Amino acid sequence: MSETQVRTPRWLYAVLTIGLLLVVLPFAWMLVSSFKPEAEVRAVPPTWWPQTVTAENYDTLFTRLDFPTYFLNSAIVALAVTAGNVVFCSMLGYALAKLEFPGKRVLFVVVLGTLMVPGVVTFVPLFVLTTNLNLTNTLPGMILPFLAGPFGVFLIRQYVLGLPDELIQAARVDGAGELTIFARVIMPLCGPALATLAVLTFLTSWNNFLWPLVVATSEDKYTLPVALALYAVGQNATQYGLLLAGSVVVVLPVLVVFLLLQRYIVQGIAMTGIK
Amino acid sequence: MLRAAPRPTVRTVDPGRRSQAVAGWILASPFVVVFVAFTAGPVLASLGMSFTDIRSTDLRTPFAVEFVGLSNYADLVQDPVFRKVTVNTLLYLLLGVPLTMAVAMLVAVGLNSVARLRGFFRVAFYLPVVTSIVAVSVVWKYIYRDEGGLLNTALSWFGIDGPGWLDSTTTALPSLVVMAVWRNFGTLMVIFLAGLQTVPQEHLEAAEVDGAGAWRRFRHITLPTMRPVLLFGAVITGIGYLQFFEEAFVMTKGGPLDSTRSVTFFTYDQFSYGNYGYAAAASYLLFLAIVVLTLVQFRLLRERD
Repeated sequence: MSETQVRTPRWLYAVLTIGLLLVVLPFAWMLVSSFKPEAEVRAVPPTWWPQTVTAENYDTLFTRLDFPTYFLNSAIVALAVTAGNVVFCSMLGYALAKLEFPGKRVLFVVVLGTLMVPGVVTFVPLFVLTTNLNLTNTLPGMILPFLAGPFGVFLIRQYVLGLPDELIQAARVDGAGELTIFARVIMPLCGPALATLAVLTFLTSWNNFLWPLVVATSEDKYTLPVALALYAVGQNATQYGLLLAGSVVVVLPVLVVFLLLQRYIVQGIAMTGIK
Repeated sequence: MLRAAPRPTVRTVDPGRRSQAVAGWILASPFVVVFVAFTAGPVLASLGMSFTDIRSTDLRTPFAVEFVGLSNYADLVQDPVFRKVTVNTLLYLLLGVPLTMAVAMLVAVGLNSVARLRGFFRVAFYLPVVTSIVAVSVVWKYIYRDEGGLLNTALSWFGIDGPGWLDSTTTALPSLVVMAVWRNFGTLMVIFLAGLQTVPQEHLEAAEVDGAGAWRRFRHITLPTMRPVLLFGAVITGIGYLQFFEEAFVMTKGGPLDSTRSVTFFTYDQFSYGNYGYAAAASYLLFLAIVVLTLVQFRLLRERD
């Protein structure tokens, strides 16, 4: 093992670096080109470095178009969905891992069974439901369907299963109630799992597309991906610079969150095998 | 309501049992309420709707609709557009899964034999996975552009005159697959990299002593050991490609001539036209495909282990 690790061939680094460039170049080009004036973005052949650096695309997005609203909508929805999943999934995840209660097995099987249910199967009845609850074209209508997902339950359950039962027994002997044990003994130990759940839920929600596209019927309720997609196929389809700047606005917060907290994401994949 | 299990137990009655049952349901109830209303309920409602003629005009009276039996499904099978999108979706699956797995495996094997910078490369290769498909689709639309696109500019350095990749019925779908591979391989790379750690080093070393080359060691030791991981990777990737939608929505609008339209795209279209029952039936056929794929995985995993 050590032998192969010591003699890492040079060419392997070269190949990996080429791969790295292929992965990073589209992002780099997006960022750089978003600062070009429209005429230069369309230039044939394309330029790499901007000949004229301008922030006019961003200016248009944030003053003429309503990107501050879309950004705010995206942030509110993602944060609410994240908070809901952290609270609800950790409650159920703990109960499934450590408590005995009637119906537990059925509950676990049903929740796990929906792990593979795609959003496309539920969005039509969900739209009927939200319409009758008068939640269509509202932020709660975007948040509620994602407030409690099976993935978080699975993740927290797996993590709590690894905690020793003696902790709970000892707290019971000391006279602590079941809910106190959950809140005061178990939750403080779940930091890494909760962080993983929070990061993954936030990213998934921020990038979520189909349901917001369906439920947001007026522009002031669009999230960033919905606004960007509809601009890209609509009347702004040829405003290349504008769309690239819009992409930067969608991608940048996620890249920052990811680069700061990436170890929790890799942990999450290791813990559950699922993104 | 919250009684202990009725069947007699050999254990003595534990006073903590009842409080555990109460606490268990208190902790479960918020999730269960949201889950039943917004996930489990709609999964069943979707099936129910697929047997009715519900349309957007019935939105406020969803129970006052006609039961039409299997006629939505019968119509789907006859619908030339649905047939087309089914073939397209299978193409996404059959092109996307092997390509994504091959790229992920190549990168994972490369990273596994690298001593330094492994963490750095892993993060970098994972980057596209966390970014919005809509945003990267906007970028790739310009990469694939005919005149002035990055790809055709790069090809022109080698004297190749590239086509408008998204403008023709033959190149559009494969182009979307290539972008999807670029966006998705990171997940599998991380999973495969973890799987490679489980390959017994003694076997690899013994094979090397016996004169087996790198390829034979990979083929006869690494791959068989990783069989469960590969199977799992194939299924989760397959489930993803079966739901292909956003890339086509942004980059080609399903065109040219429906050549990139997928089953999910079709379902969304039918929903937009107000044909809710028809849309639900199409989505359930897709769901069925996903269930079958998952069951096949379990079956194959049980076979040899």
